[in-house]
Formats: sequence, structure tokens, C-alpha cells
Amino acid sequence: MTRKQRRLALIGTSLAVLAVAAALVLSALRDSIVFFNSPTDVAEKRPAPGTRMRIGGLVKPGSIERGDNLLVRFAVTDGKTDIAVRYQGIVPDLFREGQGVVAEGKLETGGVFAADTVLAKHDERYMPREVVDALKKSGHWQEGEQKGSGSSAK
Amino acid sequence: MTPELGHFALVLALGLGLIQSIVPVIGVHQRDGSLMRLASSTAIAQFVFVALSFLALTVCYVTSDFSVATVYENAHSMMPLVYKFTSVWGNHEGSMLLWVLILSLFGALVALFGNNLPAALKAHVLAVQSWIACAFYLFILLTSNPFLRLAPAPFEGRDLNPILQDIGLAIHPPLLYLGYVGFSIAFSFAVAALLEGRIDAAWARWVRPWTLAAWTCLTVGIAMGSYWAYYELGWGGFWFWDPVENASLMPWLAGTALLHSAVVMEKRNALKIWTILLAILTFSLSLVGTFLVRSGVLTSVHTFANDPARGVFILAILVIFIGGGLSLFAWRAPLLKQGGLFAPVSREGALVLNNLFLTTACLTVFVGTLYPLALEAMTGTKISVGAPFFNLTFGPLFVPLLFAMPFGPLLAWKRGDILGVAQRLLAAFGVGLVTIAIVAAAEGGVSILAPFGVGLALFVMTGAVTDVVERVGLFRVPLSVVRQRARGLPRSVWGTAFAHFGIAVTLLGIVSVGTWASERIVGLKPSQTVSLSGFDLTFDGLVQRSGPNYRELVGKFTVRRGGVPVATMEPAKRSFESRATTTTEAALLTRGFSQLYLSLGDVNNDGSVAVRLYYKPMVLLIWIGAVIMMVGGALSLSDRRLRVGAPRPAAKPAAQPAE
Repeated sequence: MTRKQRRLALIGTSLAVLAVAAALVLSALRDSIVFFNSPTDVAEKRPAPGTRMRIGGLVKPGSIERGDNLLVRFAVTDGKTDIAVRYQGIVPDLFREGQGVVAEGKLETGGVFAADTVLAKHDERYMPREVVDALKKSGHWQEGEQKGSGSSAK
Repeated sequence: MTPELGHFALVLALGLGLIQSIVPVIGVHQRDGSLMRLASSTAIAQFVFVALSFLALTVCYVTSDFSVATVYENAHSMMPLVYKFTSVWGNHEGSMLLWVLILSLFGALVALFGNNLPAALKAHVLAVQSWIACAFYLFILLTSNPFLRLAPAPFEGRDLNPILQDIGLAIHPPLLYLGYVGFSIAFSFAVAALLEGRIDAAWARWVRPWTLAAWTCLTVGIAMGSYWAYYELGWGGFWFWDPVENASLMPWLAGTALLHSAVVMEKRNALKIWTILLAILTFSLSLVGTFLVRSGVLTSVHTFANDPARGVFILAILVIFIGGGLSLFAWRAPLLKQGGLFAPVSREGALVLNNLFLTTACLTVFVGTLYPLALEAMTGTKISVGAPFFNLTFGPLFVPLLFAMPFGPLLAWKRGDILGVAQRLLAAFGVGLVTIAIVAAAEGGVSILAPFGVGLALFVMTGAVTDVVERVGLFRVPLSVVRQRARGLPRSVWGTAFAHFGIAVTLLGIVSVGTWASERIVGLKPSQTVSLSGFDLTFDGLVQRSGPNYRELVGKFTVRRGGVPVATMEPAKRSFESRATTTTEAALLTRGFSQLYLSLGDVNNDGSVAVRLYYKPMVLLIWIGAVIMMVGGALSLSDRRLRVGAPRPAAKPAAQPAE
């Protein structure tokens, strides 16, 4: 093979691999990404029941109810709209009333959100960014709320 | 006084860095040896001053000096001593100081052990290294000063984030940084080569040990982080495809590619331009990782604070170095001479294929990590790209790579004989196929992926062993000769075999856990029993205990197998009052390579306690594989060829950075 043919073979293989990768990425992006919605988004957009998504906001104070078999019911609020969530399993350590939470799952026909994953914050000082944005959008975010007392270092 | 000294030392390091950024370059232009040699002295002095600065901060933490803002924010006087040390880098400011400490350490190592480098190349490398260092010194001094004082000084600190109070964290960031920052040397060498417009096989020989050392540390660092997440976060997952994890995976993938392409360059003087590009890209990805983790664009356990000024500053560093590096590449790369020829089927060809798949896999991770950020920035739509995406893209790209892996080392340079190699791999094919058949039969044809994954792993393992067996002539020549040949075999051959074996071991662990792990989540009352995978766990009750800076609720469990008690497990929930935070301390019971994983949930209204119980078959193989890869890296690093150095013997560029 000449140098030119070898180079062509190399470029051809590279393009083929890249094309395969691009096809994989595009198909995976269509099928496996999950959109994030605030409770208000859900109320406004009315996504079809069964659509996989993430919702985020604050756990509404006084809304947590525990049932049998580790069933937990609570409401996620962005201050404007609430959405009822049902989850079976162990909630994270920092899952508390009035705290930020992100839940992933499906919206059921009755308007209840059946979560299969519940994420809370790693640290009491910081809030999931999606939640902050959702609260800002609904006008229930106060600047500086996130930081505890005495964060004069910043 | 101590914090001011630390601050001052860092400013001095910046001053030295500025000198080192400019003077050696002038020296090269004027062919002035003394100006060029200045770089070595300043590089060592820089390291000394950054180390002093780091020491000062450590003293502040160990003595719980709460007049220093970062100490107040991230430490507590009651914290065990070891965490007082680790909390130095358990926050944004301190971790950046650790970053520059390691950066200057690498600079000093080049200065000390690079005696056999041509003077001009060494001067250029150290100057470029110093450009990077100065950018980060400025970043720390202007936006993230760890030495800021508080007045009046508070009496007690706010404590380190409890989930970071763990010994895994003590090792994870320094190792990861040794890897990340270690690639800066490859970057500096690449930029220096471009500045000089000249590059040869010796260049690759100088770059390889540094890349290898960085890669080895990064491998262990990633594995440590993964094991830490596994036992500390209480979910039993070892990899979440979280953007910050991807941030460390991308440089690893690119670095692995660089390691392999540098071999081609060293041995065959080919792929020069590509290797230079990879060196730039690998460190660029390290910078992207730093940006993702430190700028606050992502929310995660690694994001200590969200301060837009910092994000913009790091972004500027990113743009200057990546943009500058790539522009220089575009401008100067055409000057570099073409290298040797090789047939598509050859060792070079196999390594090109390796590079192709590694970089493409890296690209898919890059897309999956940055696409959500780009989409949000442009349209405001928030999406999350998780495990399904990466399983569908990264997975299929890694399979051909792993399949091709045993072929590479067996192929001859220049022109290989694929059929001959396939013949030598007959044993490996046999093992792989038999494994697939056995696993598929045992599984009853439920899953296709599991038998295939296990078969692939065993194929790669046998292939790695085959390479060594072939070379020492086992089964063909008398044992005494075999022993002699094994001793005579270059360490890098052993290194390759270990590293390839290790990745297969990791794959085996991943497939096994992914397929055969079982899990139960139940509410238990005292004296109730839960069974999983042949283990019966009886809940004996809850006990309160108190630790140095926390209180914990401990669940006592007796584990029985066939009615015989085999162990007790004590998962706990720790509450840290200073931060009003709870962490889950999972209990692990190791049997062989498998683990029983037990973590506590909440106490329910009826007095039962929620528990999460997993059986993770062969889970330890995931990290043991990484350790084997590390051994491979270390063996390869100890290769005589690298110790001896390229042009003139008697210097040792390699041995040091592995510490």
C-alpha cells in the first residue's frame, strides 16, 4: 500500500467509528434523556402521563406522610404550585420538610408523581441548582437564603 | 501570623513564577545558558514556597485557628486529627492550593530529574509549566484566598461537610490531582516541542514516564473516589455517570490514549502530530474537569461554593490555555516532520485503533457531560443525561476496544500477521467461548449481555497472560530458561500485561454486579429477620453511641448462613449537630470478592427501621482491577529503558513522580 492508500484507510476507519459514535449519541439522546420541570411547569405544560421526567422544588412543610412498606407521600412546591409525589423506598439523609429535593419518575394519570429516585442535597448549605432556578422563576427565592449565617468570607 | 506567612509565601511563589515564565524563554532566544538554567532554580524555589504556604494552611487547620475564614467554614475543634488534615483540601480554597502544590511539585521534579533534557527544551518546558502555575496562583490570590481573616474570630468552626469526614477522602483528591496535574507536564512538553518546531522519538521517551505516572495516580484516584461513593453515599452504586465523575474519566481516557500513542512515537517515530495533539487535549480535559468541578456550574458534593467570579476566572484560564495550545498546534504542527510508515495490520495499527476508540469514547462522555449545560445555556431547557445514555454510547464503543486489546501486544511492529496472532490467541478464544457457554447455560438464556461480558473479560485476561507466556516460552522450553527469560523480559511488557489484565478484572466486576446483584428494602422491627442470597440477617435492635463530633444511631444485626451465625453488622446513621446533617454509614461484610451491603434508613411510625440490603457478587473486583492496573503502571514506570533515559544515560527522569 502506498502512503496515500494507508492514509485513506486510516481516515476511512476513523470516519466510520465517528459515524457510529454519532449515531449512538443521537439515538441515546433521543431515548434516554430526562427533562427537568418545576411544579409550575408541570401544571402549565401538562405533559402526557407516563413521561419520564425530573421535578424539583421544596418539600412542602407538613406534607410528608409515611405509609406501610416504606411508602412516603409528600408534596413538592415551588411556592406557586404543588405536586403530590409518591415514593416507595428509603429517602436520602437530608430529605426534610422545607428543604430542596429533586425527584425522578413518571407522572400518573391521577396527577400524582410516582418517583423512583429521590435526590436531596449533599450538604445542608447548598440547594440543587435546578431547585434554586425553579424557585427564582416562581418568585419565591430570596437572595442569600442559601448561605447560612456568618458567611462573611465570600 | 501563620496565615499571613502562608499568604506571603504564595505571593512570592507567584513572583518566582512570573520570572520563570519569561526569563528562560528569553534565554532560549539569546542562546544564553545561564538564563535558561535559571528556570530550574526558580522551579524548585516555587515548590518550596507553595509547600510553605500549604504548610501554613495546614497549621491553621490543625490548631483550629478559626480566625481564618476557610478554617471556620470547614473545620471543628472536636474533629479527629486526621480530618483536620484532610479538611485542608475538603473545601474550594484549600483544594486549589493543593492543585498548585502538585503543579509546582511536578515543575520541581522536572527541574531536578530532567538533567538529560536538552537545555532549550527544559527551559521551554519549565516556562510553560510556570505559565500554568501563574494562572492558578492568580486565581487563588484574587478569587479564592484561603488565608482571609475573620474579625472577630468565632469560637467554634462550622465543621467539615460530614460526608467528607472519611478516610477515603484523605487519599482521593491528592491522588486525583497527581493525575490531573501530572498531565500538565505532557502539555508543557507538547507546547515546548511546538515552540521549538522540532520533535523526535527521544521526546516521547521523556514524556512517557510523566504521563505514565500521572495515569497511574489518576487510575487509583478514580477508583478511590468510586469506592468512597460506594460505601459512603449509602446507595451501593460505584459509578453514577455524574458530571464530576465524568470530569475525571475524560482525562483518564485521553491519557490512556496518549500513553499508547507515545509508545508508537517512541518506538517507530510515527504519529508525532497526533501525540502532540493528544498531550494538549489530555491536559485540556483536566482543565475542563477542574472548571466543571470548581466553577459551580454543577451541583455536587465536589462543588463547595458557587461564586460566579471564580467560574469566569477558571473559564478564562481554560480558554487561554486550551485555545492557545490548539492555536499553537495549528500554527506549528505542519512544521513537524512525518514519521515512519506502517501497514494497517501492525502493532502501530492496533495502537491507532486503540486511540481511535478511546478518543471517540471520550468524545461521547464529553457530549453527554456538556450537552445539558450547553442546552440550558442556549434554550433554558433543563435535562439530565444519566446512566442510560452512557450505557448506550460508551458501552458499545468500549466493547471493540476490549476485544482488540489482546491482539495489540502480540502483533509485530510495522507489518503484523493477524491470522498468526489469532492462532496464538486460540486458548483465549477457547476460554472466552467456553465461559460464554457456561454462563449462558447457567443463566438459562435470560440475559445476553452477562455471558458475553464475562466471556469478553476472560478472553482479555487470558490474552494478557498469553502475551507473557509466549514471550517467556512457557510450555515450550525448560522451566529454568522460562525463569531466566521472565527476569529478562522488559518491565514494560509486564506492565502492559498487568494493565490489560486489570481492566478485564474491573469489567468482570462490573458485569457481575450489574447482572447478579440483589437488593431488598424492608422495614424491620427488632428480632425480625430478612433473607437475601442465602444470608439471614436478624435485627437485634438500635443503640445510641456518640463519636467525637457526632452522635450515631447504630443498628445491630446478626448475620446467619444456614442457621449458623457468621458475623455481626452495624450500619449507622450519624448526626452532626454542627451542620444539622446526617450521614449513612453502611456496614459491609466481605466474603471473598463479594460483599453484603447494609444501610439504615429512617425509623418509621410503627417503630420499624427501614433497611437497605444488597448482595454485590464480586464487587471488589471493580477496584482490585484498578489496583492491578496501577501495578502495571508502576512496573512499566520501573522499566530500565525509562530509568536510563533517552540520549545520554546516567540520569533518571522516571523513578520519582510515582510517590
